[in-house]
Amino acid sequence: MTGAVLEGNAWRYGRDVDTDVIIPARYLTATDERELGAHCLEDLDPDFSTKVMEGDIIVAEENFGSGSSREHAPLAIKGCGVSCVIASSFARIFYRNAINVGLPILECPEAVEGTRTGDRLRVDLENGTIENLSTGNAYRAQPFPPFMREIIAAGGLVGYVRRRLGAG
Amino acid sequence: MGMTITEKILASHSGRDEVRPGELINARVDLALANDITAPLAIEAFRAMGAERVFDSARVALVPDHFAPARDIAAAQNCAMMREFAREQGLENYFEVGRVGIEHVLLPEEGLVLPGDLVVGADSHTCTYGALGAFSTGMGSTDLAMAMALGEVWLRVPESMLLEYEGEPGPWICGKDLILHTIGAIGVDGARYRAMEFRGPAIDSLSVEGRLTMANMAVEAGAKNGIFHVDEKTRAWLERRARREYQIYQSDPDAEYVERLRFDVGGLEPLVAMPHLPSNVRPASELGDVAVDQVVIGSCTNGWLEDMETAAGILEGREVHPHVRCIVFPGTPRIKREMIRRGWMDVFLAAGAVVSTPTCGPCLGGHMGVIAAGERALSTTNRNFVGRMGHKEGEVFLAGPAVAAATAVTGRITDPREVMGG
Repeated sequence: MTGAVLEGNAWRYGRDVDTDVIIPARYLTATDERELGAHCLEDLDPDFSTKVMEGDIIVAEENFGSGSSREHAPLAIKGCGVSCVIASSFARIFYRNAINVGLPILECPEAVEGTRTGDRLRVDLENGTIENLSTGNAYRAQPFPPFMREIIAAGGLVGYVRRRLGAG
Repeated sequence: MGMTITEKILASHSGRDEVRPGELINARVDLALANDITAPLAIEAFRAMGAERVFDSARVALVPDHFAPARDIAAAQNCAMMREFAREQGLENYFEVGRVGIEHVLLPEEGLVLPGDLVVGADSHTCTYGALGAFSTGMGSTDLAMAMALGEVWLRVPESMLLEYEGEPGPWICGKDLILHTIGAIGVDGARYRAMEFRGPAIDSLSVEGRLTMANMAVEAGAKNGIFHVDEKTRAWLERRARREYQIYQSDPDAEYVERLRFDVGGLEPLVAMPHLPSNVRPASELGDVAVDQVVIGSCTNGWLEDMETAAGILEGREVHPHVRCIVFPGTPRIKREMIRRGWMDVFLAAGAVVSTPTCGPCLGGHMGVIAAGERALSTTNRNFVGRMGHKEGEVFLAGPAVAAATAVTGRITDPREVMGG
């Protein structure tokens, strides 16, 4: 998740986008990213999963991912092709889950403020910069603490534990 | 400088004398749990990690409660995967249909979570156990896989906020009203990343089950955990349940809190959280004429014996309104048997309610009471997000069991005092 430069169109949402609208419980018997992705944000924005393009970026206000602990939520977002989520703040379980499953997330209220749906964004995950190519403004997100960067560098928590267990 | 209960438990589980908010620690886990929605992903991650055995077969609990008894083939496959894993690993705490209850009611009832414990669960309402003086928090499936493999998790030590409750609440006020009042005041992210420490005379006089209801909804304010001091009531509650020694921690007088809030709950009225956030709170008496199609009484929030008693007390000798489907789902088989023994099962059935097997089903729109477009439910559960109980054009109102039972009788959202007098 580090080192990459991502570019995509923004999808702008409000605050408290909860995990029930990210992926409704009726689909939770699935575990496959693509299958979950087909229903991503369906109860908030019914056409989202058909309109979203590979690499697009979700931009939302405070408390993104509130509610349930379902890891299906970051998986559904990855599965529909979204490359990254930028929010003013994240609910804590969603924050952990996103790091653990390798969905890049950035906390940056200023960037959220300055972004509208359809804006073209470029995100450098290495240094946390967010450029809004449509407005010409640039922002810098909060950096991850070193320990979390270690998990991210190991390709998520699975890779991190594999190393600890000496399994490769 | 002193420490809070939360900090003391985290210090004791990370081999340190003290921890401070913001520190990242690796903490030893006393119990790790998952359900039939989160366990399949956790088992996949466990295997992908290269793990072969769980760290301790007595300290991993698997609870098929969400879509079990299996609602469809996909759910049956997930339950089967969990069951096979439990057998392969020799898990002592796998609960089959018939013995299974709603996880956050079942595990305390079984004496598996005790004061001073550090519990992590792949379910956001794992924070329930804070009512017993334990540190407990919800996580995702991959975190849970790490806990199953290593017996530890990484945690950021949360800032603690102190919430003190004063005044003597009226007769129909329960833990649900206190926590709805709190979330209404601080908002759905008012405690984001924090520990909520509940204290004060109104907490002392609250039952342990009422405290479990409050801790259950700490996550609805964004908190990492909710926690209560252990008192005589907690000890008495645990006496019949605990099967091992436990450690009681108290916050130091000079412990640091990032925020201190006081609530006078003396004049509190029975409350309702309106769609679509648990913070959208109003007194039931001020709602006007809000007709409902379904009333749901139960869940990990209000599926305790005390909640059943409250609801049965109101429904006794009364009937569920003909336009209402009233679904009662007690937390565990033991609670259901006790309901039969005390004659409440007959009260519910005579009133025209249905009493379900213990399951999370209706709370998250899974099964056993999904709502249609345009329908309205009044529920004792914990979330009223868009689409939570079924169709996205349905509406969910949250309240305690007294408001729920009164609403079932009148067919519109009702303050219990209207039905019961007083």
